[in-house]
Amino acid sequence: MSDVSQPAAHPPVTDWLHDFDHTDPRWTEDPFPIWDQMRAASPVVHTERFLGCYLPTTYEAVRQIANDTESFSSRRIIVRDERPEVAKNAAPPITSDPPDHKPAKQLLLPPFTPDAMKKLEPRVRAICNELIDEFIADGKVDAAARYTKHIPVRAIAHMLGIPESDGDLFIKWIHMILELSIKNEMMLKQAAEEMTNYFAGHVEARKKAPGDDLISYLLNARDKNGQPLDDSHIYGSLRLLLIAGIDTTWSAIGSSLWHLAKTPADRERLIAEPELMPIAVEELLRAYSPVTMAREVMKETTIAGCPVKPGNMVLLSFPAANRDPKMFPDADRVVLDRRENRHAAFGLGIHRCVGSNLARMEMQVAIEEWLKRIPDFRLNPAGTVTWSQGTVRGPRQLPFLLGKAM
Amino acid sequence: MAERLRVHVDPEKCQGHARCKALAPELFELDEYGNAHEVGDGTVPAGLEDKAWLAKSNCPEIAIEVTEE
Repeated sequence: MSDVSQPAAHPPVTDWLHDFDHTDPRWTEDPFPIWDQMRAASPVVHTERFLGCYLPTTYEAVRQIANDTESFSSRRIIVRDERPEVAKNAAPPITSDPPDHKPAKQLLLPPFTPDAMKKLEPRVRAICNELIDEFIADGKVDAAARYTKHIPVRAIAHMLGIPESDGDLFIKWIHMILELSIKNEMMLKQAAEEMTNYFAGHVEARKKAPGDDLISYLLNARDKNGQPLDDSHIYGSLRLLLIAGIDTTWSAIGSSLWHLAKTPADRERLIAEPELMPIAVEELLRAYSPVTMAREVMKETTIAGCPVKPGNMVLLSFPAANRDPKMFPDADRVVLDRRENRHAAFGLGIHRCVGSNLARMEMQVAIEEWLKRIPDFRLNPAGTVTWSQGTVRGPRQLPFLLGKAM
Repeated sequence: MAERLRVHVDPEKCQGHARCKALAPELFELDEYGNAHEVGDGTVPAGLEDKAWLAKSNCPEIAIEVTEE
C-alpha cells in the first residue's frame, strides 16, 4: 500500500479542442500554446475524459464560474478519472459551498493576514539562508529539490508547530493527493488516513499543552454557536493547510527562479531596483500561476455563451485566465513592472486563497535572499527541468549552475 | 480648484486579496480577516491620486471605486 510510483498513462491527445487532457505530457511541459489554441477556438472547451469536463479559456469565463457558486460547487476541487464519494468536511473551507463556506473561511483568515505574515518573515529569511548555505559552495544545484521545496514546507510546519524535519512525509502525501490520485483513487484515501493519524498525535499533545501555533488556534476556535469545531473539521482544515501551503508555493518560487535563470535582464533589474520586488512578484504569479482548481457543475447554465451541463466537472484554469491577451496586453511576456494586474493566481470570488499573503511573503523573501547570495545563475545544460503534473504546475527538477558564466 | 478623489471598497465584493493595501497603504486598511476598507471617509490626500488609480486597477474583484468630486 505504500506504492507511490507514477500513474498509468492516458491515451495521447490528438484534438485539444474536443479531447483535452491536463495530464498529457505536452500540457505538463508547455501548456501555454495549448491554452492559446483553445482560447482562439472558444471561451469554453469540453472533453469526454474524466467522466466529462469543461475548461474555461478566458479570464471572463473563469471569473463568471468562480462567482457562480450556485451552479458550480466546490465539493469536488480536483478533476480525476473517477468521482470518489463526497466526504463531509473534506478540507473546509476550500471544499465548502455557501452557506457553510463563510464561517469556515473566517476561522482561518486571522492567522494569515499580511501583519501576521510579517512576524513569520524573519524565520523564512533564516530558512532561505540555511538552505543556501548547504549548496552555495558546490557551484551547481537542483534548486527545486534543495531550495524551493523546503521553504514552504518549513514555513507551514513552523506555523503548525510540527517538526520541520517531517517535510519528506508532507511531500509524499501531497504527491499522492494532487498527482497520483487523479488516476488512482486509493491514493487519496491512503494519504488522508496517514495524515489524520499523523495529526492525531499532535492534536492530543496540544489539548494538554496549547502553544502559539495553528493547531492550538483551531482547537481554541469556536463555531457560530460558540461550540468547539468537530474533530472532522479540525482534521480537514489541517489537511488543507498542509497540502495547499506547500507545493503551490514551491511551484511559484521555482517558476520564478526558472524565469530569472533564463532572463538575465530581469535578474539585473530586480537587483538594481529592489523596490520593484512586490510588483514583480505579482507579475511572476500572473505569468506562472501554479494552481488550477476545479468545480462540479450542479445546474445547467451558460458561460460566455456556451451551454454547460450538470454531471461534468470544470477545470478552473486560473493560469490560462492569466494568459488571456484580452485582459493582459502582452500576456505571454513577463513585464516586471506591469501596472495593471488583476491576476487570478489566488483565485477569484469567495474561494480566494487563504494563504495568499503567506505565499507572497515566501516568494518575495525566497527571491530576495537568493539574489543577494546568488546574483548570477543559469540553467545547467547537462540537466533537465521537469514539471509537476495536474492540479499544481511548477518545476520539480531545476538544475542550475551558480556564478558567472565563464 | 483641482478635483478631489475619493476611494471606496465595496465590502460585498472585497475578498481580501489585499492588493490595495500593498499598493496604497495610505488609502486602505485591513480588518482582522484581512478584508479591505478605505481609510477614514476615503478622501484621497493631494499627491496620492496615482496610488488610488493603481489600487483600483489591481483589484482582482473590481471592488474599488474611485470617484472624482
